[in-house]
Amino acid sequence: MDFLTLIQVLDSTVRLATPLLLACLAGLFSERAGIFDIGLEGKMLAAAFFSAAVASITGDVWMGLGAGILASIALSVVHGLASITFRGNQLISGVAINFLAAGLTVLIAQDWFSQGGRTPSLIGAGRFEPVILPGAETLAGVPLLGPIYSELISGHSILVYFGFLMVPLTWWLLYRTRFGLRLRAVGEAPEAVDTAGISVVGLRYMAVGICGILCGVAGAYLATALQAGFVKDMTAGRGFIALAALIFAKWRPWYALYACLLFGLLQAVALRYQNIDLGVFVVPVQVMDALPYILTVVILAGFVGKAIPPRAGGEPYVKER
Amino acid sequence: MDKMPAWADAVLVPLISLILAALLSALVIIGIGEDPIAAFQLMVDGALMRSSGWGYTLYYATNFIFTGLAVAIAFHARLFNIGGEGQAMIGGLGVALACLYIPWPNWYVALVGATVSAALFGALWALVPAYLQAKRGSHIVITTIMFNFIAAAVLNYVLVNLLRPQGAMDPATARFPEATHLPTFQDMFSTAAEPMFRGAPANVTFFLAVLACFLVWLLIWRTRLGYEIRAFGFSESGAKYAGISPVKITVVAMLISGGLAGMMALNTTMGEAERLVMNATEGAGFIGIAVALMGRSHPLGVLLAALLFGFLYQGGAELALWTNIPRELIVVIQALVILFTGALDNMVRMPLERTFLAFRKPARPDGRSAQSGPAE
Repeated sequence: MDFLTLIQVLDSTVRLATPLLLACLAGLFSERAGIFDIGLEGKMLAAAFFSAAVASITGDVWMGLGAGILASIALSVVHGLASITFRGNQLISGVAINFLAAGLTVLIAQDWFSQGGRTPSLIGAGRFEPVILPGAETLAGVPLLGPIYSELISGHSILVYFGFLMVPLTWWLLYRTRFGLRLRAVGEAPEAVDTAGISVVGLRYMAVGICGILCGVAGAYLATALQAGFVKDMTAGRGFIALAALIFAKWRPWYALYACLLFGLLQAVALRYQNIDLGVFVVPVQVMDALPYILTVVILAGFVGKAIPPRAGGEPYVKER
Repeated sequence: MDKMPAWADAVLVPLISLILAALLSALVIIGIGEDPIAAFQLMVDGALMRSSGWGYTLYYATNFIFTGLAVAIAFHARLFNIGGEGQAMIGGLGVALACLYIPWPNWYVALVGATVSAALFGALWALVPAYLQAKRGSHIVITTIMFNFIAAAVLNYVLVNLLRPQGAMDPATARFPEATHLPTFQDMFSTAAEPMFRGAPANVTFFLAVLACFLVWLLIWRTRLGYEIRAFGFSESGAKYAGISPVKITVVAMLISGGLAGMMALNTTMGEAERLVMNATEGAGFIGIAVALMGRSHPLGVLLAALLFGFLYQGGAELALWTNIPRELIVVIQALVILFTGALDNMVRMPLERTFLAFRKPARPDGRSAQSGPAE
C-alpha cells in the first residue's frame, strides 16, 4: 500500500467515523445520566430523512439540519416520556423508536416525493460542501505533510469538524463543570442527586435532549454531507455500531473518539477492499463487517478489561417517600 | 395492597393500549392522505375474506408465534432476548444443512430432523449471550443485538462462499430435495371439487407452532423448571434464597428461547422457500417482541397477538398492492404497539388503577383506603 492510498483510506475513515462519533457521544450523554438508549439508530434515521427532505424542499442545507435536529429531539421526547415520566422499560422504548423511524420515514417520503421512499438528490446549497482550510492548495505540494494537511485534515464538511470538536467539549462538560458532575451523578446514584435538592427528572430530560441534538446532527450528516439525499434504512446499523463504540470506550469521551475511528477504519477498509489477502489466508469482507460487534462482545465479556455501565442505567428513578 | 382486578390487568390494559396504537395508526393514514376505514376494509378483505388470504395470514402468524414465544419465555425469566432475528437466521442454517445433507425418506421424518436441527442451531446461537449474562454480567440486550449482526455476517459468508451452488448468482442454497417438501394447506385441505388456500404458503408448521404454544404453557405453568423460571424472573434474590441457580435458569431460559426462535426458520425455509435465502427471517424476530408484549408473555396471548400481526402483515401487503400506502405502514403500527403495550404501559395503567380504586372506595367503610394511593 503506497502513501497516497493510505491517506485516502484514512480520509474515508474520518468521513465514516463522524456519524458514529456524533451518535456515540449522543449515547454517552444519555447513558451517563442513567437512560439506556438503543434508539440511536432510529433518531439518526429520522434526522437523516427530515434534513434531506427539508433541504431538498427549501434548497437550504441549514434549514435541513434544523429540521433533522427537531425530528430527532421529538423522538427523544418520546423516549423521555416513556422512560423518565412513565418509568417504562427503556430498552423496549428504544426498540419502538427504531421501528417508528424506520416506518415513518419511508411512509412520509413516499407521500411527499413519491420516489419509492427516497428524497430527490440534493444539489448545490442543499448539501454541506467540503470546507477547504486556509493554505490547503498551496501546501499540497509539500512532501509528506502536504497531502496529510490538504487531503486528510482539510476538505471535510463542517459537521466533521463539529463532531471532532465535540469530543473535548463533551469531556470538559462532563468532567469540568457542575452540570457534568450532576449528570454523571444522576446515572450512578440518582438518590444522592435527589437528596441534594436537584431534579433527577430535569437532569435526565436534559441529557436525553442533548442526545437528541447530537443524533440529529449525525443523521443530517449522513443524508446531506456523506451522501446526497435520503434512502430507505440509510443508517444501516450505524446507531448500533455507535452503541458498540460507546461500550468499547467504556462510556468515556476520548476513548469514544478512538473507538469510532477504529470502527470507521474497519468500514473504510471493508468499503475499499472486498477480501483482504494476508498471504497466509484471506480475510473475507464479512469479517470486517462483523468485527465491531465481535470486539464489543469480547469487551463486554470482560476478558480485555471490564466495561461497567453507569450503575443506575436502565432503572427508572422512583422518589423515596 | 390495593390492586386492580386481574382481568383488568390482563385484558383491559393491553386492549386500551391497542386502541391507542390503532387510533394513532389511523391518524398516520389520514396524515398521508388516505382513508383509514377504507384501508381497514381492504386489509380485512385481503387477509380474512378469502381462503388464500387466510393462507398468508396463518403463514405469517406461524413465524410470529415462534418468535413471540421465544421472547415471552425469556421475559418470564426477566431477560430481554432481542436476538430472535439472529437466532432465527442461524436456525435457518440448521434447517438448510439438515435438509441438504441428510437423505430423508419422507417429509414427516425430515420435519422432525429439521426441527431438532433448527432448535439446536438457534439455541447454540443464544448460548454465548446467555453464558456471558449469567457468568460475566454482560447485558444480554447488548450482546444479543451484537449477535444479530454477527449472525447476518455469518449467514452472508456461508451463503456466498460455501453453500451457493456452482454458477448461481444470488446468495442462496440449492433447492431442498423433493422428500423434504412440506405439505401446504392447499395440499391438505383442497378437495377435487373445491380448491382451498390456493397458492398460499401456509403449511404444516402452523400446527407445530400451535403445539409449541401448548408445550410452552405446560412448561411455564405445570413444571418445576417453569416455576423456577418464573420465580427467578419475579425476584432473583428470592429465587437464589430458594436454592434456584441463577446461572442455570438464565442459560436454560435463553436456550429454550433461542431454540424457539430458530424453529421459526422451518416455516420460511423448509415450508415456503424450500431453500435458504439471505433474508429468510423478514424481521420476524423483532415482531416477536411486539407479539410477546401484547400477549402479556402468555402462550394464548402470543397466539392471538401473532394472528393479529399475521393479519396486519397480509393486510399490509394488500394495501401496498392496491393503494399508495407502502408496506412500511405495518412497521409503524408494530412500533406503536411496542411503544404503547411495552414502554408506555404505565401511561395506561396508572390512570386505570386510579379509576378502579376510586370506584372501590365506598366499599371500605373503615376509611383506611382514603390514605392509600397507587404510589405505595
